[in-house]
Amino acid sequence: MTRRQLYTGVTALAASAVIFILPFLFIFITAAKTKQDAARLTFTLPAEWRLWDNLMEVVEARNYMLLLAYFNSTVITVASVALLVLFGAMVGYVLQRRSSAWNKLIYACVLAGLMIPPAVVPTIWVLQSLGLFKTISGMILIQIAYGLAFSILLFRSFIATIPRDLDEAAIIDGAKPLQIFFRVILPLLKPVTVTVIVVQSIAIFNDFTNPLYYLPGRENVTVQLTLYNFQSQFQTQFNLLFMNILLVTIPPLIVFIFFNRQIVAGMTAGAVKG
Amino acid sequence: MTTRKSPYPYWFVLPAAVIFIVLFMVPTFASLWFSLTRWDLVNAEFIGVENYRQFFREPFLIQGLVNTIIYAVLTSGTKTVLGLLLAVLLTSGIWAQGFLRTVVFFPVLVSTIGVGITSSVLMHPTRGLINVALAGLGIHGPGWLTDPALALYSIVLVDLWKGIGLATVIYIAGLASISPDYYEAARIDGATRRQMFFRVTVPLVKPATITVVTLSLIGGLRSFDLIWAMTRGGPGFSSDVLASVIYKQYQAGFYGLSTAGNVILFILIGLIVLPLTAWFNRKEVDL
Repeated sequence: MTRRQLYTGVTALAASAVIFILPFLFIFITAAKTKQDAARLTFTLPAEWRLWDNLMEVVEARNYMLLLAYFNSTVITVASVALLVLFGAMVGYVLQRRSSAWNKLIYACVLAGLMIPPAVVPTIWVLQSLGLFKTISGMILIQIAYGLAFSILLFRSFIATIPRDLDEAAIIDGAKPLQIFFRVILPLLKPVTVTVIVVQSIAIFNDFTNPLYYLPGRENVTVQLTLYNFQSQFQTQFNLLFMNILLVTIPPLIVFIFFNRQIVAGMTAGAVKG
Repeated sequence: MTTRKSPYPYWFVLPAAVIFIVLFMVPTFASLWFSLTRWDLVNAEFIGVENYRQFFREPFLIQGLVNTIIYAVLTSGTKTVLGLLLAVLLTSGIWAQGFLRTVVFFPVLVSTIGVGITSSVLMHPTRGLINVALAGLGIHGPGWLTDPALALYSIVLVDLWKGIGLATVIYIAGLASISPDYYEAARIDGATRRQMFFRVTVPLVKPATITVVTLSLIGGLRSFDLIWAMTRGGPGFSSDVLASVIYKQYQAGFYGLSTAGNVILFILIGLIVLPLTAWFNRKEVDL
């Protein structure tokens, strides 16, 4: 390392500390303050550390709404990601292995899914007529519909690296299509599956807009919506508002620590070859 | 002759197709019809292009359209340029490089609403940390989110803070795929660092540029949650964009008008993104 690289690094580190790390520190220290202390919005250490008390107060607020929200968000995230992996892999598999006129249509749908913003009110209309509006299962299906395009693309390009010889060997052994897929292909998709799980979980857990439209109602609250609801309620209780932000930020942070590589792989897919 | 059944049956596509068609395609096509109606989710009365006419007559709705374009172009343009520069910096072997990449990328994963609330507190006109720090330097800080002329641009800044990491990692992946031979050859030919950047790096990192531009343009045009968390489109309508207009009209019960906004949004995305991708794909890399 040259001297120049060292100095540039130190400068960049100092700049990033101010720009990127400081705001997170601000969230943390404000979450640990008393109500009056937090209301001053200053960047000073808490006069009195109240991290635990604030945590309990936020959890207990509005009859344990945050716990309910964590429960709902977890159910939605786990269910929709599981089905996204299964359905996405199945489509990616057929799309990569077969070539026919149908493929063009499927690609057009994938592209549309990536580009077109969902038509919200007509979607509510469809959900209502199916009896799925304001239901967790409706929300799960919506997340699947919106996440499919991305998952299909990731699976398709990974399946292209799996030799067809494997399928053919299984066919000769008399395996049925379902057996080939579940016994031979799916186990080999582990790396890309991890990527899809991680990237989609974060996207769905952090989703605000779709629950706002399709999942109104107190009993259906999701994690991001608690933040939005508390924003007005905690107008004068910044310590609790920031404790809430802290709690919402922790799950992605944990996922990031363990799956940094997969996240980056998923988000940069397509960047290398256009 | 019997045709053997394919080992890759099309019914594998079925579960995905049903969900996608019912919950995505059907609403999309239905929106074209409902945008031409006065609609309360039960009864739809055909009123022709009245919703669209109203959209282009109301000054605040037009402002939403203009703001959407400003927002998308500014965020996408800056992410492209700054993202590439940061990626070059973070692949040049500087000290603490790995840690810096992590720091720049992490905001991408954080809740947008959380970021929005935090930054609106930091941007508080008198007590916010930003203006307090500026005052310490003897600068009178502006009303970041309270000044109607500034609010949209302040949100753009926060969007960049949150999103630049994604552009950077995409570019880092793109840079990693460039063979060092090109730089070696350029060095032998006596190219300066500047020439290498513009003549080697920029053309060869094009696939990454396409990804960054397209992703950030689509994201910018559809942007809603950050704006909603920070200003609700205010002060007045000064930071409203199409997505927030759609939500406001929906809340007010103007479902037909809201849906017309939706149709305008996807026409806008089509008009901007499709020609762009076509242009990108036609232009060959000349080295």
